[in-house]
Amino acid sequence: MTTASSAGSTRRDFLFVATGAVAAVGTVATVWPLVSQMNPDASTIAAGAPIQVDLAPIAEGQDIKVFWRGKPIYIMNRTKKQIDEARAVPLSNLPDPATDESRVKAGHDQWLVVIGICTHLGCIPIAHEGNYDGFFCPCHGSQYDSAGRIRQGPAPANLPVPPYQFVSDTKIQIG
Amino acid sequence: MSGPSDYQPTNPVLKWIERRLPIFGLVHSSFVAYPTPRNLNYWWTFGAILSFMLAVQILTGVILAMHYTPNADLAFRSVEGIVRDVNYGWLLRNTHAAGASMFFFAVYIHMFRGLYYGSYKEPREVLWILGVIIYLLMMATGFMGYVLPWGQMSFWGATVITNLFSAVPYFGESIVTLLWGGYSVGNPTLNRFFSLHYLLPFVIAGVVVLHVWALHVAGQNNPAGVEPKTEKDTVPFTPYATIKDMFGVSCFMIFFAWFIFYMPNYLGDADNYIPANPGVTPTHIVPEWYYLPFYAILRSIPNKLAGVIAMFSAIVVLAFLPWLDSAKTRSSKYRPLAKQFFWMFVVVCVLLGYLGAQPPEGIYVIAGRILTVCYFAYFLIVLPLLSRIETPRPLPNSIADDVLAKSGGKAAPMVSTVIALAVAGALFAGSAQSARAAEDDTPPSLSWSFAGPFGKYDRGALQRGLKVYKEVCSNCHGLSYIAFRNLADAGGPGYSTAQATAFAAGYTVKDGPNDQGDMFDRPGRPADYFPSPFPNEQAARAANGGAAPPDLSLITKARSYERGFPQFIFDFFTQFQEQGPNYVSAILQGFDDKVPDGVSIPEGSYYNKYFPGHAIKMPKPLSDGQVTFDDGSPATVAQYAHDVATFLMWTAEPHMEARKRVGMQVFIFLILFAGLMYFTKKKVWANAH
Ligand code: FES
Repeated sequence: MTTASSAGSTRRDFLFVATGAVAAVGTVATVWPLVSQMNPDASTIAAGAPIQVDLAPIAEGQDIKVFWRGKPIYIMNRTKKQIDEARAVPLSNLPDPATDESRVKAGHDQWLVVIGICTHLGCIPIAHEGNYDGFFCPCHGSQYDSAGRIRQGPAPANLPVPPYQFVSDTKIQIG
Repeated sequence: MSGPSDYQPTNPVLKWIERRLPIFGLVHSSFVAYPTPRNLNYWWTFGAILSFMLAVQILTGVILAMHYTPNADLAFRSVEGIVRDVNYGWLLRNTHAAGASMFFFAVYIHMFRGLYYGSYKEPREVLWILGVIIYLLMMATGFMGYVLPWGQMSFWGATVITNLFSAVPYFGESIVTLLWGGYSVGNPTLNRFFSLHYLLPFVIAGVVVLHVWALHVAGQNNPAGVEPKTEKDTVPFTPYATIKDMFGVSCFMIFFAWFIFYMPNYLGDADNYIPANPGVTPTHIVPEWYYLPFYAILRSIPNKLAGVIAMFSAIVVLAFLPWLDSAKTRSSKYRPLAKQFFWMFVVVCVLLGYLGAQPPEGIYVIAGRILTVCYFAYFLIVLPLLSRIETPRPLPNSIADDVLAKSGGKAAPMVSTVIALAVAGALFAGSAQSARAAEDDTPPSLSWSFAGPFGKYDRGALQRGLKVYKEVCSNCHGLSYIAFRNLADAGGPGYSTAQATAFAAGYTVKDGPNDQGDMFDRPGRPADYFPSPFPNEQAARAANGGAAPPDLSLITKARSYERGFPQFIFDFFTQFQEQGPNYVSAILQGFDDKVPDGVSIPEGSYYNKYFPGHAIKMPKPLSDGQVTFDDGSPATVAQYAHDVATFLMWTAEPHMEARKRVGMQVFIFLILFAGLMYFTKKKVWANAH
């Protein structure tokens, strides 16, 4: 191979690599919007804005279910008995240890607000059922206590507490 | 696909698969080793461009279907939802809509190329007929796709085209009812069109496989029209044809991107931004540009059944081309007469397309008839006759000879060029005349901050326009596609989220039902849409003397006016897209108490210079001093009109700034890429010479 032709081939290699690299960049840039469009659109995001819930109509021992971002949220006005049960159990007995206090807002101890989606595979547990005065998931038998903590069954974690705060004594804002 | 391949992969895994399914050999023999004539010119890259377009359409179409709702009540709004709310939805929609046009543009070039070089002749008849079938399927798919946005043109296009079948004797009415799934075009029609629009592209893809198969059996035709004889006449498909095709595709993408990012509405019809209304037909129904020549043929024939037959024959005649033109010489390069007639035929097709877009009256009808006769005469008289009387020039011995002889002299200017120029001149004169007549009523072209490739909305104008809308227009006109949250969107009026929330809270919104089952009022939230002034269209109509005030969200895209020939061609290069805001601004300033002579305005209407027909039901909405601006802008009607038109351009296209910004990036990228492809292609082909 002469010098001239080998110089030619490096120049050619560089050109091929540059073209290929630019093509690769273009492909990635094209794929981005094609994937990004799958994310929630602006109206879905806007519809997921915080909601306010009036707690006044919920009597002691009752609960309501509201929807936020398409998820059912249980709001439970717990009885004294339920609170005591939840606080009596030692943390070492819990698969996913968390104190009852950490799952409610201080000063509003009777109000339990949890996302009603079983942490096993997403079914909706039934309130006031099961052995722990809390929730029972009919799908595969997970049981949650009156603080929404997992006590028995295949679910690995406690029912999650959504972001919320009290805007007044009888009103919360979720989200 | 040309018989068993001797290709053997070396990798043991591939070898294992290859023994059981010889797919690598198939790919290798079809797209790598496949011998392709070395003298193909760039017209031959349109096959690859078409494959690319089919892929683009299927990909964007599948994605759009994830967001689209095929329901007569929701379809229009869901398309607006795609454009406004889905991430990059505007890009996907523009790509798919412009993509349809690009697909047809490319297929027409591909077909004319086949026509010119005689690619339909023995042994490629089946190849050609498969192509005609693909073209027919494309037309059906394109038509049904155009119906899906469910705008006025969608609806009335669907009505007119399906009614073509009512021309069938005896069974016409039943066929049409069957197509509609009802007694008129309606929800069932939309549903089935959506289903078929999703299905047909895959059928096209299937026929494309047959088309390519037939191509690889017969071998590619080439500009010389002589079959390859020796190794010297061909080059392997990869890398030679592959790289050339990719360069062709990259150039085509630049053209495509011009439409996507800068002229998204150039090929569309403003009426399709008005939701379908079964009670009102647009004054001037025009199909998409790619059907126009056939539409012109349909309208040229004064008999319903004969018109429909003529239109379909105009397409079907293509399938008989291999037998109508029995000349032995393939390429028109060596057929002096056929070449002339070919170019005349191209001009006839373009002119028919132009006529298809004109109102069917006067000179246009006569011209349409003459050209229809010319169209059929080309296939039925000229080609059969030429194949008998024409003496072709001598063919080169081989493709290699043809390549060597490339440096021959250029042909003298042809008769057809002269004809084309003369026709263009006549058109220009004609439209200049009608333009002069209409000059007074055409809205003046104003200068807009958002025009051109770097256009941006003037935030001040948007905020003032919002104020004018809120204080004046909103008394009668809705803005139902705009949510309060949009006021804080990037590229919009530039309010903060807190400002938009506060603005929303100033409105009362109906919500419900609550737990008691009652509807109730509450303050607006950012996610709410601007409330409409009337509860329903009937109420709007009753309160406004019989004419419901249109929703203004899309008004600047839903109103337009003719620019005429040749202005509309210049508009393509200057990116002129501002008919809508020009029109809105002109209407607001076009009221006059003094009605000119010869114009009669009925009771309850008002004279407006720029309103089509001059009698508008809306009384003069704005007068000087009516709205005061905090920023010291003059409180004049001209200022109001400018600001509210700017605001309404934003409501019609909230992502325009993003579109132009991304467009610039894409252009820089594509030009760089096409340049690199050009040099890569040159390097690769250097080995072949
Ligand atoms: S989903 Fe609840 S137990 Fe399985």
